[in-house]
Amino acid sequence: MKQQRPITITGGRLVTPAGVVEKTLRLADGLIAALGESPAEGDQVIDARGQLVAPGLVDCCVFTVDKPAFHFGGITRAGLMPDQNPPLDHPARVRFAASSGKPDMWVHPLAAATQGLAGEQLAEIAMMRDAGAKAVATGRAWIADSGVMLRLMQYAAMLGLVVITHAEDGGLAGKAVATAGEMATRLGLPSAPAEAEALAVARDIALAEMTGARLHLRQVTTRGALALVRAAKARGVAVTAGVTPAHFMLSDLALAGFRTFARLSPPLRPEDDRQAVIEALADGTIDVVASGHDPRGPEDKRLPFADAAPGMAGAETLLPMVLSLVRDGVIDLSRAFDLMAGAPARLLGVNAGVLAPGAEADVALVDPEKPWVVDARRMEAQAGNTPFDRQPVQGRVTALWKGGVAIRG
Amino acid sequence: MTSVTTPPASSRYPAGRRAFPHRDLIAIGALATHEILFLLDEAERWVAFNRQPQKRAEALAGLTIINAFFENSTRTLLSFEIAGKRLGADVVNMHAAQSSVKKGETLIDTAMTLNAMRADAIVIRHQSSGAVGLIAGKVDCPVLNAGDGQHEHPTQALLDALALRQTLRARGELASDGTLTGLKVTICGDVLHSRVARSNMLCLQALGAVVRVCAPPALLPMGLDMIGAEAFTDFDAALAGADVVMMLRLQNERMDGQFIPSPREYRHLYGLTQARLALAGGNAIVMHPGPMNRGVEIDSDVADMPGRSIITQQVEMGVAMRMACLEVLTRRARGIAGWGDGEWV
Repeated sequence: MKQQRPITITGGRLVTPAGVVEKTLRLADGLIAALGESPAEGDQVIDARGQLVAPGLVDCCVFTVDKPAFHFGGITRAGLMPDQNPPLDHPARVRFAASSGKPDMWVHPLAAATQGLAGEQLAEIAMMRDAGAKAVATGRAWIADSGVMLRLMQYAAMLGLVVITHAEDGGLAGKAVATAGEMATRLGLPSAPAEAEALAVARDIALAEMTGARLHLRQVTTRGALALVRAAKARGVAVTAGVTPAHFMLSDLALAGFRTFARLSPPLRPEDDRQAVIEALADGTIDVVASGHDPRGPEDKRLPFADAAPGMAGAETLLPMVLSLVRDGVIDLSRAFDLMAGAPARLLGVNAGVLAPGAEADVALVDPEKPWVVDARRMEAQAGNTPFDRQPVQGRVTALWKGGVAIRG
Repeated sequence: MTSVTTPPASSRYPAGRRAFPHRDLIAIGALATHEILFLLDEAERWVAFNRQPQKRAEALAGLTIINAFFENSTRTLLSFEIAGKRLGADVVNMHAAQSSVKKGETLIDTAMTLNAMRADAIVIRHQSSGAVGLIAGKVDCPVLNAGDGQHEHPTQALLDALALRQTLRARGELASDGTLTGLKVTICGDVLHSRVARSNMLCLQALGAVVRVCAPPALLPMGLDMIGAEAFTDFDAALAGADVVMMLRLQNERMDGQFIPSPREYRHLYGLTQARLALAGGNAIVMHPGPMNRGVEIDSDVADMPGRSIITQQVEMGVAMRMACLEVLTRRARGIAGWGDGEWV
C-alpha cells in the first residue's frame, strides 16, 4: 500500500523533539513532507481538533506480532525479540519475520545472539543483519558465559549492530519468580536479590566499554543497576537503558494474592526500586520505554504463580502509562514520545519515530486526556494478561497512519 | 498480614459464624487473632474425645471429604484422614502419583473434576505457593490448605499452638485469655523453604508470642523484620532465654543449589543438643513438626526428653485440630444454626 494522496493535518499540537508546537503536518509519498505549511491543492485535509499529533510508536521490544493490539496502542513499528518458536537465529527466519507485519505494521526482527538462544555458540549475525535484523539480542535470558558475551560484543561492534541484553545474573536468579524481600517472604515465592540485575549490568557495561559495542539493556529496574548505567553514561560508554511501564507503575505489592498477571521477567521490585526507575526516567538515565508485549493465555497464566509463564500484554497500555508520567510532572510530552518512538527508532536505525521532514509518515493522533478503563476481558491483544486490569487510565490513539496510509480513524 | 484485633470483653469472639467468617482455611495470614482462638477452643473439645476408646462422632456423617495431595505426605495425610473419619465423614484420598496430573491435566481441570464429584470439603497439599488458593477460587466447597509450596501450612501452626496451650495449661502457666502472650519462641532451621515457619511466625505473633528465627544466612529469607520476627544466625544467641525451641528439618528436596556445606557441618552450628538446650530457659519446651532428621537438626536424647519434648503431642493435637477445622468449615453446609447467612470473608 502506497500513500495515494498527500495529507495535511491541521489544528493539531505537534509533538516534536523541540517541544509541542501548533502547526500543520503534511504527509506525502509516505514521508513527512513539511511542518507548518498550508494545505496544497488536492490535499486531504484532516482537522485534529486540538489533539496531539505524534510520531507512531516504535516499540522496542515485543515478543509477539499482535497487530490489533499494536494499532490500538498507536504502535507502527516493533522490534521483535528472537524468542520465537523456532528462534530467530537463521537468516531465512529473520527475512520472514521482517515482512510479517507489512503493509500496515513494520516488524524489525532482532537477531538471536546465539544459536537456539542457548548462550553458547554465536549465530550467523552478519547474514541475519543483511536479511533485515536491526539489532542482536540475547533473548529472555542472559548469556552466562562472559567469554561468549565478549566475542558477541566484539562481533556486533564490527557489524555496527546494537546488542540488546537481558540483564539478570542467572546464578543468582536461578528459579526465582520474585525479588527477595518482605513480599516474597510472605508469599513463600522463590526469590532472588535485586543485585542479580546490577551484577549482570556491571558485566555487560564493562564488556561494552572494552569492545566499543553499543549496548542496550532492555530492562533496568533496580536502583543499583540504574546507578551503574548513569555512571557509565557519564564516562561516555555507548549504553542505553529501557524499561516497561510495569516497573514504574507497580511494585512487588502487586504480587499479593499470587496474581500471575504480575509475574514478569525481571520480577516486580520493592517500592524503592520503583522510585529509582521514575528518577531515572526523569534524569534521562532511561532512554526507552517499551511494552514488552507478550500476550499469554490461561494455559500459561491460570497456574500457581511460580508455574505461570512470565510476561504481560502491554501494547495497549504503553501510551497511557507513559502519559501518566507527563501528568505527574516527571517528564514532558517531547520526552515521552522520545522514550516511546524517537529513541527506539535511533536504536534500531530506522527512519521514523520523529516528526521531521523526510522521516516515514508514521503518525498518530492522540487524545491525551481521553479516559478509559483497562479491561483484561476486552482487549485487542491475543490475550488479556495485563497487571493493570480495571485501572482507569487517560490517553488514547484516535487515528493512525503508517507511511501516510490510514490504519485507524 | 494478620490483623490483631481485641476480642470483645464479654467473650473471646463473636457469636455464630462471625466467629469464623471464612469459607476456606488457606493462610494464617488471613485470620484475626480471635478467629485463631476460636479454632483452638473448638479443637480442645476434640482432644478429650480422641482419648476415649470409642472415637467415632457422627457430626459429618454423609459428607464426602477429598484429600488431594499433589505432594507426598505421610503424617499430614494420615492426620486429615483420621480426623475426617472420626467425624463420620467419607474420606477419599487422591495421590498425585496416581492422578491424571501425571497425564498433563492442569491443576484447574483437576480442581473442577474434584468439584464435579460434589465433595463437601477438599484438603489440598501442593508443591507451589499459592496453588491451594487458586483451587479454592474454582470450587464450591470449603478448601483446607495442607501446605502450599513455601507459603503456608495453617493447620500445622494451629496444632503447634494447641500443643503449646495444652502443655502450658498442664504446667499451670497458660494465660487466662488463652493466648501465648510474652512466650519467647525460637524457630531454627531451613526457614527459607519452610511453610511451617511462615505459618508459625504469623500464628504465634497473633497469639502474642515473641518470635525469633534462626538459620544460616542462605536459609534466612529477607524481610523477616517486616514480618515482626527477629532474625539470628547464631543459634546460641537465639536460644538465650527461650521458652520454646521449634526445630525445622533441612528441606533438601526444595533446595535449588547448595545451601550448607554438609549435614555434619550444619549440626555443628545448628543442631539442638543437650548442651545447647541448656542455654534456653530452664524448662524450655522442644518442638518439631516432623519428619525429624535425628542427629542433624536435633539429637535423639533431646527429641525424646520427657517433660520437655512435646513432639508426639504435636502429632496427637494434629488430629484434634484438623477435626475442629473440618467441623467448623462444614457448619454452613450442615445447616448449623447461626452459620447459614452472610458473605464470606
